[in-house]
Amino acid sequence: MAEILLTFFIAITAAVPLGWWLARTLMNAPMPGESVFAAIETPLYRALGIDPARGMNWRGYARAFVLSNLVLAVTVFLLLMTQGWLPLNPDGVGGMSWDLALHTMVSFLTNTNQQHYSGQAQLSYLSQLAGIVTLQVVTPMMGLALAAAVLRALVGGRNAAQASEGEPRDVGNYYVDVIRLTLRAFLPVALALSLALSWQGVPSTFEGVAKATPVDASAGMSEQLIPVGPVAPMVAVKQLGTNGGGWYGPNSSFPLENPTPLSNLLQSVALVVFPMAVVLMIGPLTGRRRFAAMVFASMLTMSLALAGFALWAEQAPNAAAVGLAANGAHLEGTEVRLGTGLSALWSTLTTQSSNGAVNAMHDSLNPLAGLVPLVGMLINAVWGGIGCGLVNFIVYVWLAVFLSGLMIGRTPELFGRKLEVREIRLLSLLVILQPLLLLGLGAITLATPTIAGTSNPGFHAVSQVFYEYTSAYANNGSGFEGLGDATLWWNLSCVLALLAGRYACLLIPLAIAASLAGKRVAPVTSASLNVEGPVFAATLLAVIVLLTLLCFLPVLALGPIAEQLALGTTGATP
Amino acid sequence: MNTHAVLDTRGGGLRAALVFGALSIALAGLAYPVGATLLGGWLFPQQARGSLIEREGRVLGSALLAQPFADARYFVPRPSAAGYNPTTAAGSNLAVSNPALHERMRVDSAAAAAREGVPATRLPADLVSASGSGLDPHITPAAARLQAPRVARARGWTEDQVLALVQAHTEPPMLGFYGGARVNVLRLNLALDAR
Repeated sequence: MAEILLTFFIAITAAVPLGWWLARTLMNAPMPGESVFAAIETPLYRALGIDPARGMNWRGYARAFVLSNLVLAVTVFLLLMTQGWLPLNPDGVGGMSWDLALHTMVSFLTNTNQQHYSGQAQLSYLSQLAGIVTLQVVTPMMGLALAAAVLRALVGGRNAAQASEGEPRDVGNYYVDVIRLTLRAFLPVALALSLALSWQGVPSTFEGVAKATPVDASAGMSEQLIPVGPVAPMVAVKQLGTNGGGWYGPNSSFPLENPTPLSNLLQSVALVVFPMAVVLMIGPLTGRRRFAAMVFASMLTMSLALAGFALWAEQAPNAAAVGLAANGAHLEGTEVRLGTGLSALWSTLTTQSSNGAVNAMHDSLNPLAGLVPLVGMLINAVWGGIGCGLVNFIVYVWLAVFLSGLMIGRTPELFGRKLEVREIRLLSLLVILQPLLLLGLGAITLATPTIAGTSNPGFHAVSQVFYEYTSAYANNGSGFEGLGDATLWWNLSCVLALLAGRYACLLIPLAIAASLAGKRVAPVTSASLNVEGPVFAATLLAVIVLLTLLCFLPVLALGPIAEQLALGTTGATP
Repeated sequence: MNTHAVLDTRGGGLRAALVFGALSIALAGLAYPVGATLLGGWLFPQQARGSLIEREGRVLGSALLAQPFADARYFVPRPSAAGYNPTTAAGSNLAVSNPALHERMRVDSAAAAAREGVPATRLPADLVSASGSGLDPHITPAAARLQAPRVARARGWTEDQVLALVQAHTEPPMLGFYGGARVNVLRLNLALDAR
């Protein structure tokens, strides 16, 4: 319990100033270091050929987002295919196959970082830096820019005061938002974290692999290769940017990626600090401070509930070890320096925040502890990915407003703007998309054992397959890693889930918000629905829980719940 | 002024997207990581190269990575699903419900019990559980104390001498509660050899 309190205390304490900083950045307001930042940014705007003072309507904003993504998509795909012939490749890594390169590129472009390859063996230093780190820095800021555009539209756009009804609204300038967020907020924090991690023991060098001669020759290992590299800067951005894709295959369970309890604390805080700050940014950015407080309190409630449950479920000893060791902690897949508490907490924070980094192997978690990450990813708005989490949460807010409207017999409205047929139609598309993809792809895979690649038998195999698609659609990236997923089927089917989980989930809400923005604002009366109080928050949480259960309870019952019940018969319950 | 006319509906066009892509790679993909790597390496040279332990110009290993020990004169690390090879590092990824996990633990448990001369139910769980990375450099203090009598016998030391060394190499959890108490196996074994 103490580890939960310490982590949340530090994360929230850091998120408060960071949220203010993000809001100032997005409002183009003067801030400390203004002249330095401006001196860097002005030539960049000139190179792009844009006028930073000119806003975009939502279509312009969406076009800029899609086009900038396409350019990076093509570049990184080609880089991964040809890395074998390019420089910065001291260990002689070859090019990737087309389907693996496609999956890897899409996975990082969508801020997911699902990995069907093993980092240190299949990527050159150039790919890790110019390909992976580039996307790990800019894609979370692109997501945040989209969230800022949605928020601006929710309150009528930046030109709300001058524009007449039905007129296009100014939702911001995409390139200005992304460039300012990256330079003023993300990179400075990442640099500080990178240096702190180097201090704790995360490698930070351009030398190739180190060769060691182990001490005890009789143990049969004559040489141990120690992979190093520019690891620390990448680990910093993978934690801060809700990315999750690590340098080493076992991610932050690997001692060189997460050497000490202190490095683990810093990385755990980094999992959630930006998503938390994004919520705290709503207040200054939109002037709706009480709405921001409602969102933060709702997310914090879900977050603490999941964290408490995860810690409780992972306390149970490993059922497989009964009679083979003293009754003690469940350490299969867990590191001694971290222990079960820090691993259980991390497993839920990384899936609450759409990060996907791991510090223990989720495949080996106790079944109910493995259920917690799944639930976090299905909701995908506990904190959620940077920007995307807030956008997902606003979708739940619209749904709750709609249902509340039905219950009290009034036209549903948010901030005085009515949700009508067009908006509801787009919303239902989003609601259907998730179960359609997860259950549809999962059913096809499970019905075809030759392509499933599951490594564990029984109910756990269902969990493995479902986890992979859930993680892809949630743009999370963690996995039940025993799964043999480096295949054509897994690569291509995950690409589908990844793309839908990113672009549909960001662009449809932007279209809804923009459609609302141009509407006439109804005056607030005593009969209006109050979306800023505890009653609405409770309704909203109920909507989130019920919607998730309605769609996914059957598959959860077939996976982790059945697995736990089956173990129960052998006498190992928490 | 009509706001409609001044809003950009094209999103900056292709040139902006192309230049943005190039600048992203230059700043986020190269300038940031190269700068951070050089700075980190300059400030913390020992950690930056992988916390290597060197004796007489030879690299013996990394203080942060497990390596295999078989001789009875040494403490033994946790089982590894990766054969202690950092380039193929991995956990077992075996589910609690998987019979293969129980079977592997049975083999590890029997070997450890025979090695230490104790019943299986006295073995600390970390000695029969593979770590997440396969390279966990630590064991629990209980697992170290359990091995002390065997190490003492093989070296002709008293048990107290070995236990004192274990004690000196035990690191407590951070702040007393954050993380696990632990003993670094490689450092402990090197300390044994240094006596």
